[in-house]
This record gives sequence, C-alpha cells and structure tokens, in this order.
Amino acid sequence: MATALRQLKPVLAGAWLRWVPALTLALFLAPVGAGLIGTWLPAFGYFPTLGGTAIGLAPWRELFSYPGLGTSVWLSLCSGVLATAISMGLTIGFVAACHNTPVFVRLRRLLAPLLAVPHLAIAVGLSFLIAPSGWILRLISPWATGWQVPPDVALVQDPYGLALTFALVVKETPFLLLMTIAALDQARAGDRLAVARSLGYGPVTAWIKTVLPAIYPQIRLPIYAVLAYSLSVVDMAIFLAPQTPPPLAILVFRWFNDPDLAMRFVGAAGAVLQLALVMAAICLWRLAEWGADRLGRRWLTAGGRGGSGRLAREVAGSAMTGLYGIAAASLLGLALWSLARRWPYPEALPVTWTLDNWVRQAYGLWWAGGTTLLTAVAAAAAALALTLGCLENEQRRGLTTSGRGLWLLYAPLLVPQVGFLFGVQVLLVRLDFDGTWIALIWSHLLFVLPYVFLSLADSYRRLDPRYARAALCLGASPNRVFWRVKLPMLMRPVLFAAAVGFAVSVAQYLPTLFAGAGRFVTLTTEAVALAGGADRRVLGVYAFMQALLPLLAFAAVLALPARRHRASAAPPGAPAGVPL
Amino acid sequence: MRLFPFATALLFAFLTASPTSSAGAASWDDTVAKARDQEVFWNAWGGDERINAYIAWAGMRVWEDYGVTVRHVKLADTADAVARVLAEKAAGRTDGGSVDLIWINGENFAAMKENGLLFGPFAEQLPNFKLVDVAGKPSTRVDFTVPVEGLEAPWGMAKINFIYDSARVTETPASIPEFLDWAKANPGRFTYPAPPDFIGSTFLKQVLIELTPDPAALQKPAPKAAATFAAATEPLWRYLEALHPYLWRGGKAYPATGTAQIQLLDDGEVDIAISFYPSDAASMMLNDRLPESARVFVLKDGTIGNTHFVAIPFNARAKEGAMVLANFLMSPEAQARKQTLEAWGDQTVLDMEKLTTDERRQFDPPKDAPALLSPAALGPTLLEPHPSWMTRIETEWQRRFGS
Repeated sequence: MATALRQLKPVLAGAWLRWVPALTLALFLAPVGAGLIGTWLPAFGYFPTLGGTAIGLAPWRELFSYPGLGTSVWLSLCSGVLATAISMGLTIGFVAACHNTPVFVRLRRLLAPLLAVPHLAIAVGLSFLIAPSGWILRLISPWATGWQVPPDVALVQDPYGLALTFALVVKETPFLLLMTIAALDQARAGDRLAVARSLGYGPVTAWIKTVLPAIYPQIRLPIYAVLAYSLSVVDMAIFLAPQTPPPLAILVFRWFNDPDLAMRFVGAAGAVLQLALVMAAICLWRLAEWGADRLGRRWLTAGGRGGSGRLAREVAGSAMTGLYGIAAASLLGLALWSLARRWPYPEALPVTWTLDNWVRQAYGLWWAGGTTLLTAVAAAAAALALTLGCLENEQRRGLTTSGRGLWLLYAPLLVPQVGFLFGVQVLLVRLDFDGTWIALIWSHLLFVLPYVFLSLADSYRRLDPRYARAALCLGASPNRVFWRVKLPMLMRPVLFAAAVGFAVSVAQYLPTLFAGAGRFVTLTTEAVALAGGADRRVLGVYAFMQALLPLLAFAAVLALPARRHRASAAPPGAPAGVPL
Repeated sequence: MRLFPFATALLFAFLTASPTSSAGAASWDDTVAKARDQEVFWNAWGGDERINAYIAWAGMRVWEDYGVTVRHVKLADTADAVARVLAEKAAGRTDGGSVDLIWINGENFAAMKENGLLFGPFAEQLPNFKLVDVAGKPSTRVDFTVPVEGLEAPWGMAKINFIYDSARVTETPASIPEFLDWAKANPGRFTYPAPPDFIGSTFLKQVLIELTPDPAALQKPAPKAAATFAAATEPLWRYLEALHPYLWRGGKAYPATGTAQIQLLDDGEVDIAISFYPSDAASMMLNDRLPESARVFVLKDGTIGNTHFVAIPFNARAKEGAMVLANFLMSPEAQARKQTLEAWGDQTVLDMEKLTTDERRQFDPPKDAPALLSPAALGPTLLEPHPSWMTRIETEWQRRFGS
C-alpha cells in the first residue's frame, strides 16, 4: 500500500496539478451547461421535441398567473430561511456554550447516526411522531386525553410550514454541527480560548468573541448549502408542508411530472424562478452577515467579559439534547413500524409483531447495497481527488481563490434536480453514455463534488501556511509537504468531506434513475419507489438500510482519526485544541 | 394516395380473417422467435410490494416460456419514464431506447400518443387480445375518451370505490349529494387528496359527472369558451364550497396522495377514504394495513372506472420481448393470478364468456372476503371524461381552493 502510494505521488507533480481545476471544470462544464440549457431554453419557450420553437415569455406569463404562486414562494422563503437561521443559531449556541462539557462530548459521539439518516426517513418518522394520530398522542390517549379518535388539528401540514421548518432543523443542524467541529481545529480554537479566558472572559463570551469570527468564514458555504437545500426540498415537503398551495419546489416538481407535457415549459420557468429565489436568499443572508459584522464589531471590542455562562449552557445543552431526542424518537417510531404487523390508533405500541417486513426485503438488498456502495465509494473518491488537486494547485500557484469559474461547482445544488437533470440526460443520451457505470458515477459526482468541496475548501485554505513553509525550508519537496504535512494535519476534514460525499451519493434518486437509464438499482431507488405506497412498515426497513452505509462511513471517520490527528498535528507545547 | 382504398381493403381483409389465419400465426411465431434472449426493461410504478412481487413472478414465467428476461425498473412516478423517452427523442435516439414497456393510462398515454412517443399499433394483434372483454369493458379500447388504436395493451381494471371503517360508520352515502349530508353530520371525518393527485382529481370528476347539467358533454373536449365551461362546472364548485367546511382540517389542508389518505383512515383521522381498486380494501386487510372492520361501498348511479395498460415506446430496444410480455400479461393464467387477493386483487380485463370452464374457475371470487364487493354489487361504471376536463378542473380548483 505504501509503495503504491509512493508511486502515485508523481501524478500530483506540479505539471499535472495545474490541469486539475481545468479538468474539474471540464467534467462539470458539459453536464452543468447541458443542465442549465435544458432548464433555461424551455423556460423561454424553446423545446423543439414538444413543438416549442418560438422564443418568448409565454411560460413566464403562465407561471406568474398560476394561482397561489406568491404564497408558494413566500412559504418556501420563510421555511427555508427560518430553518437555516434556527439550525445555525442552535449549532453556534451549542458549541459556544457547551464546548469542553460532557454533554458536548456525548452528543458529538452520537452525531454519526443523525447525519446518516435519510431526509425522507426523518420526514416520515417525524410526521408519525407529532401528527394528531401520532405516537406522542398515542402514548397519552385515550386515558389522559379522552380522545378515542384523533383530534382534528393541523399539527403537520400546518399552513405556515412550521412542521417542515422543524423537520429541516432536525436534519440540518447535525450537518452544521459537523462542519463547525471540523472547522474548530484549523481555527486553533483552544489557543484562542485559553488567551481569552486568561484575560478574564467568561467561557461563552470568550468563544463567541474569539472563536466564532475565526470559524464563521469556514462554515459560511455549508450554511449556504443548507439554505439552498431547505429552499428547494421536495421529499420532506410532500409529507410535512401544506398542499394548498405547496412550497415552490413541489410546484416545480409537479409541473415537470405533469402528464400534460406542455406543463414542462411552465416547470422550466419555475425552475429558473427557484434558482433566483435561492440566489436572492443567499444575497439576503450575505447582507445580514455584513450587518451583523458592522453591529457586532463594537460589542466585540467593548471589553465586556460576560458571565459564567451557566444559563446559556443549560439552555443550549437542553435544546440540542431535545433535538437529538426528537430525531431519535422519530427513528425509533419507524424502527417499531418495521417490526409491526398492525399498529392502530390509539395503541402505544404495535398490537401484532412480525419479521416479515424484513424477510421480504432481504432478497435484492444485496444487489442494491453493492451497487450503492460501489457508486458511492467511486464518486466520493473522485470528488476528493479533484477537490484536493484544485486546492493544492491554488496554494502552490499562490492564488487566493481558484478562478471565478468555480461557482459553477455549486450550480447543481442551486437548481431543482428534476429540471436540471433533464438536460444532463439529453447530453448523456447524445453521447450514448447513459446506462453505464461512468455515466452513473459522473452524475453522482455533480452532486457529491460540491459538498466535498465546500466541506473541505475553507479548512484547507485556512491551514496555517507556516507549517508548509517550515517543511519547505527544511528541504522537503512540495509533494512531500502535501503528503507528509498537509494531508496528515488535515486528515479529519478530509475524511469528513469524504464521508459527506459518500452519504450524498447514497441518497441520490433522480441522478441514478436518469443517468443509469433504470439499469442500476440502489437502496435509494428502491426506497423512494416504495415510499409512494406510504407503507410505514416498509419505509422503516428501507430507512434503516439507506442509513446504514453512511452511518458506517461517519462512524469510522468520527472514531478513527481523532487519535492520529492529535498526535501528529498539535505543535509541541501548544494546547491540544478542543478535545473532541 | 390512389393506393389508399386498396390498402384499406387489404387491411379490412386481414382484420376480418379468422384469428387462426396462417399469416397472423406466422408473424406471431416470428415475434416469439425474435423475442428469445431479449431483455425487457419494464418501467412501472414501484410503490406497492405486492405489485412488485407480481411483476417479478410474471417476469419469471415469461423467462420460463419464452426465454425473455424481464427487469422491473421501479419508478416513483410514471412521469420519470415519460421524461426518459422524451429525452431520448430530444437527443435523436430513434432506436435502441432504454425503456421497453411502460405501465400507463389516461393523461400520460394521451400525452405520449399526441407527441408520437409510442410504438404500434401492436396490442390488437397479440393472440390473447381476442379474450379481452372489449364490449363489456369499453375502456379497454378507449382510454379517458382517447382511442387506444392498438398503442397500449389492456392489463387491469380500476373503479372508484369508498373504503370505510364499519366500527365507526353505520350509514354510508349512496350519492354525491348524500355525501354532503354525511359530511355535515360527521364534520372532519372525510377528505380527498389535493389535486393534481389522480385520486383527488377523479373525485372531482365523479362529482362533476353526477351534478353537471349535460354529462354527455364531458365525453368531448372541454369547451374553449369560458362561459360554457363555467356553466358546465358551476354545480361542482357550489358543491365543493358547501362541502369543504365539513372536511378534515376544515378543508384547509388535504393529504398529498391517495396512499396518504388511506393511511389517515387506518390512523383513525378520517372515516371514509377513496380508492381506485375495488379489491384494495380486502387486499390491504389481508396485509394488515386496514382494520378487520374495513368495508367498501359505491354510489348507486355508478362510479368512474377505467383501464390501465402497458405500452411500448417508439424507440424501444426489445419490442418483440415487450410484446411477448404484454401478451402474457393478458393470458388467463396471469390475469387470474393478478385477481387473487394474495397477489394483488386487480380486476381482470378478460371476458369470462370467452374462457374455457377450467380457466373461468380460476377467477372465482374468494369465499371469505367481507370487504370485497361482487361485480354486480360494484354498480355501473361511468366513463372517464376527456382529459382536457381534468386539466381545466385542476387549474380551477387551484385558483379557488388551492391558494
């Protein structure tokens, strides 16, 4: 293995390295371009296969006259921005107040399962938990409430989209927490805290005043990704969002799936509107950051030391524990369903149990699991190699950031999949590539690479350059510096990024179906197809199976590198960073 | 064009020839021979484990008898397969396409037919088509008023029926106006899925058929003139305005899908749910997804029924294999198994009179299934309106109630 690695090293020599950003963009440019063209042209009426040959604004007129469009947009914006703000507030509040406490260590260890659970499972589990006929009310009915039949109140699908917001917070907070934890090391949070505490600052105030400004730039992109995701989520919204009208993303999804193929023009215009909405929300967020920066500066330097932070610790600790509890209860509910034969209201537990739900799925899980694993490993590895190549190239050539073209990497996250992938599909068919492994992995890469890049980029860029400089001064070649200094020091963010990429690949449904031409069966294609039947028992089985692979990946990353990393990365004599 | 009368005469001669004519038999033998060793990618909704298991069984049987391999591409939505075919046409792939057979009907069929995305006609040339009850089940040749013209092969029958929990409900409505009275007496205990879910849209069409002044007009495309359309649909909107305050959540929220609505029935949140398969209730009880007390009722003047089909895209790679599979799906063996509650419970498209006594016996209804209505008790079948009505009604529903 070691010799193999050594032989690989020349591959990353300078001459090659220079072409990695170009290669990355080339791999991206064609499908992203095709995807965007496939969305933009029909939005302006051009789609010859469906008889649209005249460029015009007709789809837009139809879009804007669609009843309830304004409410849909507003609903998307509110639930998306609110979910992101709450997730971020909760994450920062928790890390600030509870770092170095037992509850922090405990919850960090439990992060992996939460990250691994598919969105759909959280949506189904949570709606079963909080619905009027759900588990919580089953536990207290009818003996405490007197309700022989469930009360007629809108606890899910509420008109304000609060149930959707809540579910997004439950699913997205762990991701932001992971990204924050990964950023702590590079910011040398321990040193900063030690200095601030020695100057008499309270623990929470010290964290917010000295660590947060250093790590926020590193978690900014993940926050934008959460924002973009929350604004365009479809699968969770089907279970939790109101339907009259639904959020914009569901409308777009419906138009693209409308049997009346002419609705695809409206759908394309809606997809462009969705993109604009995401961009607008990100701009809004950037503006708010700028405002907070201006307002916070005076407070930062005013010298207020803050208190002991005990109250903050209690509140943030309980809030995060509560969030974990809700997620765990949602999953436990689904797990019980997977073992249930019958579980009617108002029984607190299933009345008849069975293993049938599992036995029936056993056949075929092997094939689907194998395909899922292979694709995810290949996509995550390719994404990691390209990302590291781009970042290393940019450092060696002294670029502050890679060319502006890199924003294209994020395009697949910002545009609704269903519209975007149609263009990709046309491209793959043109190239006679569809239905092959290459096409499958490539299409996954479109969604995996952005997440890997944003998981890794800022940690990589913020690694203290003095380490590399010192190694170069001692005579090491740039390649040796990369393999022996940078990579070991960055081992944790690198593996986090790989695990995130792996999980993203596992969860892909439409790319697998579109690029794979139906030739590839994964756990997710099975799960999503079966979700149409809304059988909680089957969903329980597949939610578990779908979560299992990413769970193993995250668990491995969270367990493995902590030791190695601390031993090799902490400069002698310096505090060993935040103990994780 | 001078050839046209001659061609018509020739075609007529073929059509009226006896089914065992040597030409027809030879070409079918040809098809069967070409089909051997082909791999058929059958794109079908994969939301029901039992249906998936049935499709797997059919694939196994076709492999045994004809050497055709069947791969079920499980879809969350038929539109995903339509999108594939559309993408292939946009990319100029006119043969060697990736979809060989689609489970389809209604609007999706109309759209594919209109855009030239289908292969055929092939269905009426299949040997087993002669067993289909085209007289008693006219929807096997007219799909939502759109003539099938041999572009899809009938597979099964669907018909609106209502599932209720007899433990909570004693009197069931027998007509759309009685539904309103029932809802007033039992506020919050009924709902329908939000259109454009097809169960929700079909409920709207059911109301429209019963209340519109001239039901025959629904068989023609919806009128372009707003005033004529308004006159035809006014009773529907007045009815819904009266009904909605008494629905689940006061008509402010609706389940997103038909399956979610049946889940609500099982959770006890509503007392009546709409189903499209007359055996749904019995089959789901067998599967413990509904209480033992679930029963079924229909409306006295009939409910909407339709047929679901399989179609072959214009550029399918394994057309012969797909035809062999479509033919097998119409065989008495496959149809009888499909109708058993254990397999699926989907009603047959075949005419019992055209079967042998032995074949007919396989279709005998199960003895002990209280939630299964006999064909006579299911009442008259109403024809689907023209698809254009559905589109217009869905839009109007969005405008009035969906925003």
